[in-house]
Amino acid sequence: MSDLVSINVDGVDIEVPAGTTVVDAAMRADIQIPVFCHHPKLEPVGMCRMCLVRIGMPVRDRATGELLKEPDGSVQYNWGRTLQTGCTVRVAPGMHVVTNSAEAKDARDDIIEFLLTSHPLDCPICDKGGECPLQNLTMAHGGGTSRFNFNDKLTNDKSVPLGELIYLDRERCIQCARCTRFQSEIADDPVIAFHNRGRHLEIVTMSDPGFDSYWSGNTTDICPVGALTTADFRFGARPWELTPAATLSPHDAAGENITVSTRREAKSGGRVVVKRIMPRQNEWVNEIWISDRTRFVHHFAEAADRLKMPLVRKNGQLTPTTWDEALTLVAEKLAATGEQAAGLAGDRLSNEDLFMFQKLFRKALNKNNNIDLANKRLAGGDVTADVGIASGSNLGDLGKGDTIVVIATDLHEEVPIWWLRVKQASERGARLIVLNVRETRLDKHASFVMHYAPGQAIAVAGNLLEHDEEVATAVRDADNLVIFYGYEGLSYDETDALARTLGNLLLETEHVGRPNNGLIAVWPRNNTQGVWDMAVHPGLTPGYRADRNPGLDANAIYAGAESGDITALYIVGADPVGDGLMPGRGALDFMVVQELFLTETAQLADVVLPAQSWLERDGTFTNGERRVQRYNPAIQKVGDSRPDWQILAQVIEKITEGSEKTPFAASLVFSKEIAKSVRAYKDMDYRTLGQVVEQFPKVGGDDLYYGGTSYANEAGIGQQWSASAESKKPKKPFDVPELDVTRPAGLVLLRVAALYTPGTLNQYSELLHARMAKPTVMLHYADADQLGIADGMSLVLRVNGTELPATASIQDGVPSGVALLRGFAWRKGLESAEIVKVQTPITA
Amino acid sequence: MKHVLLRHRDVPDIHKLEVYRKNGGYEAWQQVLKMQPADVIDVVKASGLRGRGGAGFPTGIKWSFIPKGAEEVYVVINTDESETGTFKDRELLERNPHQVIEGALIAAYAVGAKAIYNYWRGEYMDAAHECQAAVKEAYEAGLIGENILESGFSCDFYNHFGAGAYICGEETALLNSLMGYLGQPWSKPPFPAIEGLYAKPTVVNNTETMANIPPIIVNGADWYRQIGTERSPGPKIACLSGHVNKPGNYEVPLGITYRELIFGEAYGGGIPGGKAFKALLPSGGSGPIMIDEHLDVPMTFEGPETVGSVMGSASLIVMDETVNMVWATTKAIHFFHHESCGKCTPCREGTYWMEQLLHRIMEGHGTERDVRVLENVAENIGGKTLCALGEFARNPVLSSIKHFPEDYRALVQPSAEIPLAVAAD
Repeated sequence: MSDLVSINVDGVDIEVPAGTTVVDAAMRADIQIPVFCHHPKLEPVGMCRMCLVRIGMPVRDRATGELLKEPDGSVQYNWGRTLQTGCTVRVAPGMHVVTNSAEAKDARDDIIEFLLTSHPLDCPICDKGGECPLQNLTMAHGGGTSRFNFNDKLTNDKSVPLGELIYLDRERCIQCARCTRFQSEIADDPVIAFHNRGRHLEIVTMSDPGFDSYWSGNTTDICPVGALTTADFRFGARPWELTPAATLSPHDAAGENITVSTRREAKSGGRVVVKRIMPRQNEWVNEIWISDRTRFVHHFAEAADRLKMPLVRKNGQLTPTTWDEALTLVAEKLAATGEQAAGLAGDRLSNEDLFMFQKLFRKALNKNNNIDLANKRLAGGDVTADVGIASGSNLGDLGKGDTIVVIATDLHEEVPIWWLRVKQASERGARLIVLNVRETRLDKHASFVMHYAPGQAIAVAGNLLEHDEEVATAVRDADNLVIFYGYEGLSYDETDALARTLGNLLLETEHVGRPNNGLIAVWPRNNTQGVWDMAVHPGLTPGYRADRNPGLDANAIYAGAESGDITALYIVGADPVGDGLMPGRGALDFMVVQELFLTETAQLADVVLPAQSWLERDGTFTNGERRVQRYNPAIQKVGDSRPDWQILAQVIEKITEGSEKTPFAASLVFSKEIAKSVRAYKDMDYRTLGQVVEQFPKVGGDDLYYGGTSYANEAGIGQQWSASAESKKPKKPFDVPELDVTRPAGLVLLRVAALYTPGTLNQYSELLHARMAKPTVMLHYADADQLGIADGMSLVLRVNGTELPATASIQDGVPSGVALLRGFAWRKGLESAEIVKVQTPITA
Repeated sequence: MKHVLLRHRDVPDIHKLEVYRKNGGYEAWQQVLKMQPADVIDVVKASGLRGRGGAGFPTGIKWSFIPKGAEEVYVVINTDESETGTFKDRELLERNPHQVIEGALIAAYAVGAKAIYNYWRGEYMDAAHECQAAVKEAYEAGLIGENILESGFSCDFYNHFGAGAYICGEETALLNSLMGYLGQPWSKPPFPAIEGLYAKPTVVNNTETMANIPPIIVNGADWYRQIGTERSPGPKIACLSGHVNKPGNYEVPLGITYRELIFGEAYGGGIPGGKAFKALLPSGGSGPIMIDEHLDVPMTFEGPETVGSVMGSASLIVMDETVNMVWATTKAIHFFHHESCGKCTPCREGTYWMEQLLHRIMEGHGTERDVRVLENVAENIGGKTLCALGEFARNPVLSSIKHFPEDYRALVQPSAEIPLAVAAD
């Protein structure tokens, strides 16, 4: 780590890393120098002048370098001509800083007075009021009355949409440039900027759509006044009415820590409802940022068409019933079916749900192993268990000397916070190697980019040490090596081979078993890792132990349902019919679906059990870095829904006639069952997962960097479990299955991810509708010519009898021979669709 | 006296390369190309030449800050000339452009720069034709460009126009503007000599400073030091405007008194209509006002400091007894408010506030308290701003209140709410 420098702030001696600014250094000693423009995650600018302090440097004799002494023997200091901005000055050995003198306090009072002359002082109607740094610092430093004539105030626009997500109040803006700097330095989307000068300096957006960035919401968090607000929260509630709940993003494998602010309100019929979502600091996961999907996609949880009652099919109709009747029916049918029962689960479920799911089959149904993940896209959980990124890792530590490989994934669209952290690692000097069929956003930050032919991912990964000397050196000699892999353009079996190949690369170059080294699977969902850990898998039991009598995997279960070999099917948190995995009920006698909504699959079920969304309950998710993290309930349950683990436990209780009791709480499922069965989780419980450590930069507190109560992480940072390579014994290489990766002749269709892909959860957030990725077939011009397809032409994709409308787009970046499908929800068979021209070209 | 800088006044058509060369032009340049860069810097250091833009930083020392062996270095000529009442650089570049170009080339050679950017004030678009023609001629003569005069040294010269902002005369704002960013200064460090244009070491010199270089090279540092004073050597162009009989640019040796400049027959020739002198803005709008009793100080970098003012760019705006100093101050503050870039709080808000107060006072609605608040606002801006613009904006207010309280008193009503004695807080 960096060298430490000793300085003295207000008489307190502190040691801080070299390069720290005076403001941040003082913060470490809990001495708060007030700031507006400064933000510890951004480059200093020294604009607001709020952090003026007196800085003294010891004087040395020019010839000898000796410290000069005052007549009384003390060290002589040069205190400079004027006060200096503590945010722009970096610490130096022996520096003395005075923040609490009368002159420094007077200076702050003056700056506050200047700021307020132009501020509308409309705190009573401002969304930031109550958690506003300007308000708080005015209380600390401002005068009680104004010397400025109120009628001389400059008036300005109070509701300027910077796009439909973020609104700007120009009167409240104090021109600190935090938002513009965030967008250019952190998000690399410099789509907002200052326009004009002086008192007319104002933020404008220069993109179409306005403020076109997946990170726009973060600017509302770091805005030190109420100038930037989200369309979601604007005028929605006062901060002091809000109750914070610490939870996690349910959307991707990074497990961003968030705070959900809720309020019980009359206009929602007395219910507790979600008012906003903000980031919660976890420097190992998301620092203090979240993507806009995490911030805005929560409305589904409170949607009117959520399932509220258990439904049982009577006379062909799904009819509301009681929990007892529904559960009894499920238990009886499953018990009677025995070996011909099977289960499919989704990877949005919590570890508790998944554990109970496999317990239902393995314990209550007498070692039935016919369970699997319903929608399998990415394999390799067993590989990450061995050589996954080691415990104690932090992507934020990667930099010079380190190497990151990203293969077959588009992090910006799939797991945006990983894109952001990988990009930052490359900016800190890490070498970045990006391998994919096509261009992705990360390419521009990479030191090596390779676009391989479809199907060549495994070969490219296997030859990484042979391909190019520079790349080989970067991989072999890296101080630390982290590899991200995904499933773009690959079949499930191919991802398995890819994971193993990459595992061998890590073993061969000895980048396993120590922090900041290892493999990260870019899982398609928030808890795909948990599916592996809890062994919702036909051939593994919890703790990655192979089962001698493996059951049927998902493909076999779908086939069995069709043929009649499987007669009862229990589906939790998945929609295989909607995903094209299952054409219908097939020959099933009995089908149970546990869900939030009446999905296409649920519509065909005999029993539909209403589950709770992640907002209504607690549980744990395990992210792609194998960090197990807790989430807590934010709102009351919707209707008579129950948490998935509880429903499953109640079915178990009925089947076992009470010998297996339903636990009282998710925490007990974790501590009494998971921690005992899953070896890697043995030292964890909800208390240890809830442990809080001091993080830098410090947030919360007196609102110097961030307003509000959301940022402070008081609910735990989670625990990263140790991959097996961390124990000393040497690992044998993985066997890599030989696969035929040749693609059929002709155009290769390849689905690419988009953050805002139309789908079940996204569609409920109306404010994102205009930003949803339009279903598009992107083609190389030569292929388009050959197919007679023009740019903008209407197309139809024919997938197993379903027709999906799309628009053709001819783009430079598309490799020839490949059609990229963007804006389509994942669907089986999509990549073998037939492209049909609709003979009316779209005109603008 | 023969002009050193305004040589076009002695030599007609010196803007033409042929005429300039016939009169010793580009001799310094040829001489320099045979010298070691470090020796060139030493000569300029020895001459004691100080920056003519107003700050007076020793030019040779500024050049010596460029890290030795830096790969990519730039020289930027500051022709933003936006200070009120300053019009010397315009005349130089319009009438004697080759001398500036030659000076800049010497600077480029001394610091190892391969490109010179001449950053023009946007409003000078029409004045740039001569300079552009001169650049073209110099290129054609092989004085600029690739392998100049077979010396192996190459350097390009570009004229670039700003969009019309006072703040872009501040070197870091100028560099931001030159790079295509918003014209706002940055907080130093980094200093341009280390990280300037495109984050590369950069020398930024005023146009007039550049014009001083060739004569120093040709005639030597000792010759140069004979002009002016010990600490402020050399000639200086003073821009005389306002209530004087003969406004215009005057090339004078530093050390001449302000009284001589305003009243001397060779210079301003006194106040029109025999009216009495009232006040002098010695450095456009940005320097503290000087009054009659100050006029005998020498015009040097140090001279006006003894009476609480500055020489700055030596743009003298003379005001006679008919001028109301509150009105003049309002004009000046309007300018600073209009030109404040808005980056830092005290300048952005303080200039606006001061203008509001001054308007109220001018309109007769002000009270004595408003004057005290005005003075206090100006004081509070002090020492807090990111660049010097905010500091400049205080000067007209503080010095006019100090020297001309009666002008304020005549306009304001007694303050009803707070007694004067305790109003200043």
